[in-house]
Amino acid sequence: MTPATRLRRVLVANRGEIAVRIIRSLRALGIEAVLAVSDADADALPARLADATIRLGPAPPAASYLDVSAVVRAALAARAGAVHPGYGFLSESPRLARACDAAGLIFIGPTAGQLDAVGDKLAARGHAIAAGLPVVPGGAVSDVAQAAELAGRIGWPVLVKAVGGGGGRGLRPVREPAELGPAVERAIAEAGAAFGDPRVYLERYVQPGRHIEVQLLGDGKRVIHLGDRDCSVQRRYQKLLEEAPAPRLDAGLRDQIRRAGVAFGEHLGYRGLGTVEFLADPGRGEFWFLEMNARIQVEHPVTEAISGLDLVAEQIAVAEGRQLRLAQDDVVLAGHAIECRINAEDPAEGFRPSPGTVTRAVFPAGPGIRVDTHLQAGSAVPPGYDSLLAKLIVSGHDRDEVIERLCGALRRCEIAGVATTIGLHAGLVADPEFGRGGVDTGYLARFTERGGGGSRG
Amino acid sequence: MDLTSDDVQDILRLLDDLPFGEMRLQTSRFTLVLHRGRDGDWTQEMQVSSEPAVLPAASPGGDARAAADGSAGASEVGGAVGPDVGGGPEGGGPEAVPAAQDGLVAVRAPLPGTFYRAPQPGAPPFVEVGSQVEPDTVVGIVETMKLMNSVSAQATGTVTQIVVTNAEPAQRDAVLMWIREDR
Repeated sequence: MTPATRLRRVLVANRGEIAVRIIRSLRALGIEAVLAVSDADADALPARLADATIRLGPAPPAASYLDVSAVVRAALAARAGAVHPGYGFLSESPRLARACDAAGLIFIGPTAGQLDAVGDKLAARGHAIAAGLPVVPGGAVSDVAQAAELAGRIGWPVLVKAVGGGGGRGLRPVREPAELGPAVERAIAEAGAAFGDPRVYLERYVQPGRHIEVQLLGDGKRVIHLGDRDCSVQRRYQKLLEEAPAPRLDAGLRDQIRRAGVAFGEHLGYRGLGTVEFLADPGRGEFWFLEMNARIQVEHPVTEAISGLDLVAEQIAVAEGRQLRLAQDDVVLAGHAIECRINAEDPAEGFRPSPGTVTRAVFPAGPGIRVDTHLQAGSAVPPGYDSLLAKLIVSGHDRDEVIERLCGALRRCEIAGVATTIGLHAGLVADPEFGRGGVDTGYLARFTERGGGGSRG
Repeated sequence: MDLTSDDVQDILRLLDDLPFGEMRLQTSRFTLVLHRGRDGDWTQEMQVSSEPAVLPAASPGGDARAAADGSAGASEVGGAVGPDVGGGPEGGGPEAVPAAQDGLVAVRAPLPGTFYRAPQPGAPPFVEVGSQVEPDTVVGIVETMKLMNSVSAQATGTVTQIVVTNAEPAQRDAVLMWIREDR
């Protein structure tokens, strides 16, 4: 094993709340944070918090945060020893991982080969099967006739998925045979255009199900889990609220899901932080592998809240070439935590995006309350990036305490200047169905249809 | 440098036993206001004022135009970025366009965002100058915060001018194109 490096300076190649989050951990570790910024973010809060900033390019992501060579050049010019890619943008780009290797930089993430293995959703499915994980019945299809044959075998409805997709993109549900031909043809055309990879595959459309995921940490030799999270509160496959641990889950099934996650990581010899996502049907005691996200995730703070760990610090330690500092038994999970993603969207207008300028940003403070944000009064919310404004993470001894605390905390949130999902969250956490715990991925759509929280009624 | 969530909670522990309802901590780098509501629960408002320390940009990618041309890095963009239809109409930036024209109906951006003329990279544009449109004909897409919003003509007639170049930003209500209405 190569001796561990001690990082002195890291280029943070991201923006928004995750840039602030990474800068905080770097500071706590005594590592200098140089933030790579587009022109839209040069004066934003993350830029003010970083030790220094360096320009990546103009505002459009293609010319800045998605430009591999610009990121590598910025890291070298800043004399950084490593690049932290955050989530989204280039965080799962094997090209960035390889370009960092070639330039003598540490890519804070898994190996390029591991990114290849999980970025191709069909390859990931193959690895899941090889690791002994249950997968949703399905397989690759190259034309309509093959798709029809496969759909007939696995049963309706089916989901047409792009091999290069992921994170909710490139999915197309098909409910009956007549829709299949056009759906497969469109999916192939769109996947080729959007992901540069026209391959699609078919899976049985499991409904209703719960989205349960396992947080992994590996050093390339050993893999441990840091518990599970439930991310079933979703809209169009985008998570809106997450919690840890998954509520109302049979202990035996929870244990099986966690073991499956670790088995997948071990199969890959995984290095870094990663999340294995599963679809679960607790009523039948079944679960299936969905995909792996090979990066830090938006919802990582709920795991931090119940484990007491700094996940970014652990990720950096592994990237420096150190062995895991924890054995599985050292990971003690206690209490409960819920995260609300506060987005610049208007739930009363069909979740229409709401870019603009924040004129006031007041957040709750107190025991069990954490707010991860890049906002302060005067902050721009540009139209060219995603809509996440802040994450409100509330923890406590048990779920009931968390929900009660969260209700009060949401009442004290005030963001003026743009529309937000705060009202929707307040309605959600007060809803008895959510309060019981264990909602499925169809819950949020049902909740908004009946005019719940923030949706004008 | 600012305060962490833990720092704020340490301060709150001190304040909880004191008879004060508000604390304003002002330094040269930030201002923190902690306020106790009627129910006894606290809010925080942070304003970081320190200016970013800017390092010299890397060359050659640091040059704005080199990257904006898309000559570097366009192919590695994949699906995260919108459609790429070559060559929009020349000239006529938004500022050069009158807000209204005789006998013409403006198609405006419903939200601020990036205007795209085609549904996918490489696909033919929805409309060209001369295209016949109906009110529900989709004439473009405005991408705002990673969400694709279809723009329809909302008039029956002929496209006479396409004002905003493909993949360029458009303000809310900016004129994207002009349509000559059928009489």
